[in-house]
Parts: sequence; C-alpha cells; structure tokens
Amino acid sequence: MMEFSTWDILRNLLLAARWTVLLSLVSFIGGGLVGLLILFMRIGKLKAGRIFARGYIELFQGTPLLMQLFLAFFGLGLFGINVPAWLAAGLALILWTASFLAEIWRGCVEAVAKGQWEASSSLGMGYVQQMRWVILPQALKVAVPPTVGFSVQVVKGTALTSIIGFVELSKAGTMVTNATFLPFTVYGFVALIYFALCWPLSKSSQILERKLNVAHRNH
Amino acid sequence: MTYVFDFSWLGEYMPVLLKGIGITLQLIAVGAVLGISLGIACAWARALGPKWLGGIVAVYVELIRNTPFLIQLFFIFFGLPSLGLQLGELTAANIAMVVNLGAYSCEIVRAGIQATPRGQFEAGASLAMSPFETFWHVVLVPALQRIWPALSSQVVIVMLGSAVVSQIAAEDLTFAANFIQSRNFRAFETYIVSTLIYLALAILLRQLLRGVGWTLFPKRATR
Repeated sequence: MMEFSTWDILRNLLLAARWTVLLSLVSFIGGGLVGLLILFMRIGKLKAGRIFARGYIELFQGTPLLMQLFLAFFGLGLFGINVPAWLAAGLALILWTASFLAEIWRGCVEAVAKGQWEASSSLGMGYVQQMRWVILPQALKVAVPPTVGFSVQVVKGTALTSIIGFVELSKAGTMVTNATFLPFTVYGFVALIYFALCWPLSKSSQILERKLNVAHRNH
Repeated sequence: MTYVFDFSWLGEYMPVLLKGIGITLQLIAVGAVLGISLGIACAWARALGPKWLGGIVAVYVELIRNTPFLIQLFFIFFGLPSLGLQLGELTAANIAMVVNLGAYSCEIVRAGIQATPRGQFEAGASLAMSPFETFWHVVLVPALQRIWPALSSQVVIVMLGSAVVSQIAAEDLTFAANFIQSRNFRAFETYIVSTLIYLALAILLRQLLRGVGWTLFPKRATR
C-alpha cells in the first residue's frame, strides 16, 4: 500500500483549490452581470419585467442550490448534449448568485433617499440620467460591504458542485480521503483551506461596513 | 428538442417522497429549536458573558460561518469516528445543522442584544436583578422580537441547505429524489418535482415562522 505524507495530502488539496477559486470568480462575475439585469427588471418601469424578476428571485432563493445544480445538469442533458460538470456547475451557480445579488442591490437602490429622485427629476433628468449620475453612485457605496459579504456564500456554494462531479476542493477532499483513509485530517485541511479563502472576505466586508458607516454619519 | 415529459411515476413513488419530506421536516424542526437555543446561549456569551468564553465562541462562529456546510457535515460524519465518536447519519445531520444554525443565529441574536438601549440594563440593575436575570427577563425577548425576521430567513436557508445531508445517506427529500430517479430514469422530472416541493416547504416554513413570531411576541409596543 502506498504511503501518503501530510504534504502529499495538502498539496493535492491546494491544487484542487485552484478550481474552487476559478469557479467562484466565474460565478461571482457572471452572477453579477445577470444580477444587474434582474435588478434593472426588478426596479424598472415595465410591469412584466418586475413580475419576472420577482418570480426569478423567489424561485432561486426558495429552492436548494443542490436541486438547481441537478436541474442544470440533467436539464441541459435534455438538449441531447453531453453536459460536462463544469458547465452545469457554472450555469447553476451564476443563476443562483444573480438572484441574491439582485435582491441585495435592490435594497441598496431603495436605500437612496427619495429626495434624491425628486431633486434630480426637478433638474430635468430622465430615468437613465437619474440612475447614471445620481442614484447608482450613491447606491454603489452602500452596496460594497454586503456584496463582498455575499462572495463568501459563493465560495461556500461551490462546494456543492462536487456532488455533480466537478472536481474542486470538496471533491478532492473526498477522493484523497478514499485513498488515504484519513477523513479527520483531510476534511480538517479542506475546512481550513475554505476558511483561508472566506475569512479575509468576511473580515474585509465587516471593515468596509464600519468605514462606510462612518462616512455616512458625517453627512 | 423532442423530449417527452413523463410524470406517470408520481403515484407509485409518492410514499417515498412523503417519507423524505417527513425526514426533512424532522431535521429542520430539531435543527431550528436546538440551533436557535445554542445561538442564544452563544450570543449571551459573546455580548455579556466572561471574556474567555466569548473568545471561544467567537472562534466557533468564525469557523462555521467561513466553511461550507457540506464540509462540516463530512467532518462530523466521516472525521469524528476516527476520534472514536461513531454517529448515525441522521444524528450527524442533526448535529451539523444545529452547529451551523447555532453559529449564524449567534451573530443575529447578538445584533439584537447590542441594539438594546443601555437604559434597559440599568433599569434591570436598579431593580436588584443580577446581570443574568436582567438578560433573561428584560433584554432577551425584545431582542428576539427585533431580529425575528432575520432569524426566520436563516432557518429557511438552513432548511434548503439540508438538501446536502443526502450525501451522507440521511434519507431526506433529496435522498428520496436521488433514489426515485435511479429507478425511473426520469432525472429531470424527478428533480423538478422535488425542487417544487422544496419551494413549497420554504414558503410554508416562512409563513409558519411569521405565525410563531406573532404568538411569541404578541403586540407589544415595538420601540
């Protein structure tokens, strides 16, 4: 039987962690773009858009991410293509992330005081101009801490993609466990690597929140 | 796309689905009650308890909040037996959910305690209550009332997150769906059905928690 040193275990886990990072980045950026689209539907003037966005958010926030992954995996398969795990994982995570970011950002847009809308409207600005020059710059400032905070949920969400067979940190943890029979050590390391990825994000979200709050109080 | 949807298996496998729903509900019921209790105890330790205890709790909260639930579950189910602690899959799932919700609700409840006006603590002290009595009789209930909406959403999130306990063979709704799709070869339809059941459960649970909020905190002056 082959012997595995602690370094062997850690090295393999760290190599797999690259995929966790990559998938998190793709989901976060893609989810941000789709989320922006949903956000504009949600706060837009078109009623059908608002209803669609509400339904979208309710559907993706009200069902388990695992089920969305399964549906993406088997749903894409219905089109007769052989679905690679990374495609289903990326698609499901992007759509899931979008629903949360859209709702977070909606709160930020609505946190902008009503007077700002009225003031910009009295300056003769149209909807797009109001958004571009008055509302979004202010909403953006409020949006940074919760958005950074949510990125932690995205990193943790990628762990579920191991279940549909995408080989990232969690899947590597299971595979290394099966080879070494050292679940305590391996899952301990896996947890620590996730912690090393997530904790700086959590912490910076808290610090940003405190900083931006101070700026808010000085107004 | 020439795929024909087929839901004719639904009748045959209904008992399996119902059993899965039952286990999911049992998991979240135990998880919510014990998890929130643990959260309250931890919030007390962090906000008002002795410093050393607050430090330990802070480490626990940060560790849980920054690692995936799936890994916590695997650690408890696969990792702990090597320390001689053998757990059944349902027990492991229950413990993982309690530990997970405990950490999140600790932070939520702590926010509620910290939003309590100082005068409330002083009023308690001036009635010769000990700090713990003040916490229990004066601070806790208004604090819980303040954060009840946030706590409710967290419970729903944990319920949806519990789908992964199927990975350690706890026979919840997702386990039932996996079992059924391995029999009927209708994966997409099976997961659509189970997803819709989860959606219904989430909506029902949210309403239920709102109702619980109304009974626990009957109309008192919300200040």
